[in-house]
Amino acid sequence: MDFPSYYLDHLAGGRLIIGIIASLHVLINHPLAVGAYPILTFMEWWAHKHGRKDVDELAYKITFVVFIVTTTVGAMTGVGIWLSTSLFAPFAIGSLLRVFFWGWFTEWLVFISEVVLIMWWFLSWKKADTAEKKRKHIKIGLALSIMSWLTMALIVAVLGFMMKPGEWNQTRAFWDAMTNPLYLPQLGFRTFFALMTGAVFVWFASFFFTRQKPQGSRLRKWLVYRLSHVVLVSLILTLLFGNWYWHNIPEVMKANSAVALLSQQFMGWHSQFASLLGWTLGTFLVIAIAGLSFSSLVPRWALLIPSFMGIWLLGHFERAREFMRKPWVIGDYLYSNGVHKDELAFLQSEGLLKYATYVKHREVTETNKVECGQDIFMLACSRCHSTTGLNGVIEKFGLMYGSDKPWDDAGMLAFIKGMHQTRTFMPPFPGNEKEAKALVAYIQHLRETRESLQGAQTIGIEAAPLAPESPSNLTNR
Amino acid sequence: MKTFFLLANTPIPRDLPLPLPLPAWVLTICLVIFFLVHILFVNLMVGGTILVVITEWLGRQNKRWDHLSLAIAKTVTVNKSLAVVMGIGPLLCINLLYTLQWYSANALTGHAWLMIVPLVIVAFLLTYLHKYTWETWTTGRKKTLHQAISVLAMLLLLFIPLIFLSNINLMLFPSEWDKVRGFFSSLKIGNVLPRYLHFLAASIAMTGLFLAGWFGRASSDLSHLSDFTRPELRRIFYKITAYVTLLQFVFGPLLLFTLPAAGITPKLYVIIFSGAAIGLITLMLIFRELRRDDSRIGQSYPWICILFTFVVLGMGSGRHVYRQAALAGHQAQIQERTQEFASALADFNHQLAGQPAAAEPDASQLFINCAACHAPNTKLVGPPLTEIAQIYHGNPDGIVAWAMAPGKKRPELPQMPPFAHLGEANLRKIAEYMLEKGKAP
Repeated sequence: MDFPSYYLDHLAGGRLIIGIIASLHVLINHPLAVGAYPILTFMEWWAHKHGRKDVDELAYKITFVVFIVTTTVGAMTGVGIWLSTSLFAPFAIGSLLRVFFWGWFTEWLVFISEVVLIMWWFLSWKKADTAEKKRKHIKIGLALSIMSWLTMALIVAVLGFMMKPGEWNQTRAFWDAMTNPLYLPQLGFRTFFALMTGAVFVWFASFFFTRQKPQGSRLRKWLVYRLSHVVLVSLILTLLFGNWYWHNIPEVMKANSAVALLSQQFMGWHSQFASLLGWTLGTFLVIAIAGLSFSSLVPRWALLIPSFMGIWLLGHFERAREFMRKPWVIGDYLYSNGVHKDELAFLQSEGLLKYATYVKHREVTETNKVECGQDIFMLACSRCHSTTGLNGVIEKFGLMYGSDKPWDDAGMLAFIKGMHQTRTFMPPFPGNEKEAKALVAYIQHLRETRESLQGAQTIGIEAAPLAPESPSNLTNR
Repeated sequence: MKTFFLLANTPIPRDLPLPLPLPAWVLTICLVIFFLVHILFVNLMVGGTILVVITEWLGRQNKRWDHLSLAIAKTVTVNKSLAVVMGIGPLLCINLLYTLQWYSANALTGHAWLMIVPLVIVAFLLTYLHKYTWETWTTGRKKTLHQAISVLAMLLLLFIPLIFLSNINLMLFPSEWDKVRGFFSSLKIGNVLPRYLHFLAASIAMTGLFLAGWFGRASSDLSHLSDFTRPELRRIFYKITAYVTLLQFVFGPLLLFTLPAAGITPKLYVIIFSGAAIGLITLMLIFRELRRDDSRIGQSYPWICILFTFVVLGMGSGRHVYRQAALAGHQAQIQERTQEFASALADFNHQLAGQPAAAEPDASQLFINCAACHAPNTKLVGPPLTEIAQIYHGNPDGIVAWAMAPGKKRPELPQMPPFAHLGEANLRKIAEYMLEKGKAP
């Protein structure tokens, strides 16, 4: 990667940080924005139509929570995905922005309207004191619901595209990227998942807002009964779209890479996910059916359970989605370490260091071997691996060769050169033979000294002069 | 080709091999305009929180300031959301136009850059807490706590722009990048402090002008501010705008004359001085307003806003003209290096395509896939070939079946990954090779 490397030792290139920010964002966006807005608008409309002040008041209170959370944590984690990706994978976000400019630009316009609408809707709620004003106010809620769904619809295109670029690899055209084959299933899946969890969130919030008796229980009965419909219908549709989505993925992996088969980690994860999905949906189902048939009997605390299970499920889903994309960051075009598919053979023959920018040396020699290896680690490995910490290379080799036994240089070299065959989620080593040996030397050295590795944000950068044939070298030292 | 002389230690990275989605000049116009819209709301957010803190403090003596403070706080919570959402547009444009410089600056100030996310969240939550506890935390210690929250939010909102500013500044000077060791050291490069002072003064002046119109407009509801008259409010906020703008005639030149020479051009001076001239006219208009009596103050408000827009457009374009000139050499060298790499790559790939297709890999080449774990007669990760040959003697298909979907037999060893992607035919070749090599001598 041709950017200074932001790197957190012990934290594995920061996938954890992007992951936390992104999961938090999705956890807020799906249930609280996309899912809850239409439900809250419905509540406001219904309350207006039937003159139920208490339902309106409850909708207002829940909207207050939604308003505070979405305009702070929700908005900033959205921006945060971008800010953190800029640090950990600038090559990826930079490329995606060039491909997806119009998608992002449109999304921005929709996002502006979403922010304006949520502020307008919430802040003018109490000012809508006549029937006419109330009707207008409900329309704001409706517009907000549409806009927040549109934001998601646009962003999902990006996610789907990263996994399965479809025609784009041939045409490099924006519309082909937008209409990639995973788009519709994923959008449908997320839409109904959002509605389902939105309803579950409103259940959750009503736990706190329907405490007093008997009004509280009357209100809860109203809510539980209606939202049970939403949960059930969305659950069925989530399953249908989810099924379509899952069935598209393995094909993708086969089509995308020579190293097609899913890894063991993934298979293990898959069965875990399946059972988790089963349990979560089962809980949703039980409570929704109970809510449908005898809604007044559903205890207040029971409304909390589905939310916790939903959070767990969503987190797991996003993790899987990120994992399955590997070794690509843009399928069949850009590897997760920033090496382009069409550069691979070139770099393997010419060397990675020769054409890099932020490296100490351009040629591996006996004396600079370890330093070169460190730069190679930073360029080729550090986007996913740490040195001695989380997902660390020392830990990984230890698992293979035994952490208490000596590691064989030749074996490590053979492993590095063929790792994309044995670990199909890893990109191929993008350097020449000497550089692979330097990496082995660095890892051995690291194992012995366990010295920490600092990123550019701490120790700054060093840029060796460019290769002699480069004209810009004339002005170099 | 025009040669640019950059300092010896300037890194020249390669650009991403994808074209810009639209012409650079369109992106440039978008960048300048989107940025000004963004910074307007940032100004109103930062200036607003400063005025909230001051007026609430004044409110301890006289309640009417407390009421005014709340009214300002209500604008801050809206403007802060707009500041964030309007920031996405310029971020999008600068990412595209200055991909290499921008992301490099982000990485070099990495920790601070990442801290933007939690810091803004906390600052925003504090502004809400402050606003929604106004009517309940009214006396004694609670009021002190209430004020402390607002001070904390203000401090955060004063600090966060500094992170952005350090990045905007650092990206301009690639020749200085090797001196940077994190965010605080990046503040020593270029002229961050004068820029920051200029920004702060602009924030207060902008907020003053905005509030003069916000409270001054005929339709505004002043029922909660009954101790103020409309002309009085206009006068207060005009004054703030006027005196702080006067200060800009110190901060402005300070900024201009401390700018590193890298991007200074005659064009820049023309733009900045024209902007300053319009600024002077605007300032005179405001002072004329202040001398008017209550019935007429505010008459020139639209004109003042129009002129201010021109001042801001001037400063915004001047800023961009400087950036373009400062980075012209670096951009050209990046282009040059990117093209060199692209043509070397194209030559290589062309040659590669011209070579006869590689013959079917033979068994020993295929075995490389296994060699990292299986050695002839020592145990690396998995069992040695000698052992495998014993187990599967005369049964190569057993090896194939195992390699397609390995299980876990030995608790002390890690599980073998599946190799189905190599294909059954290749696995069969490998299996026979293994049995051959593992034969007892």
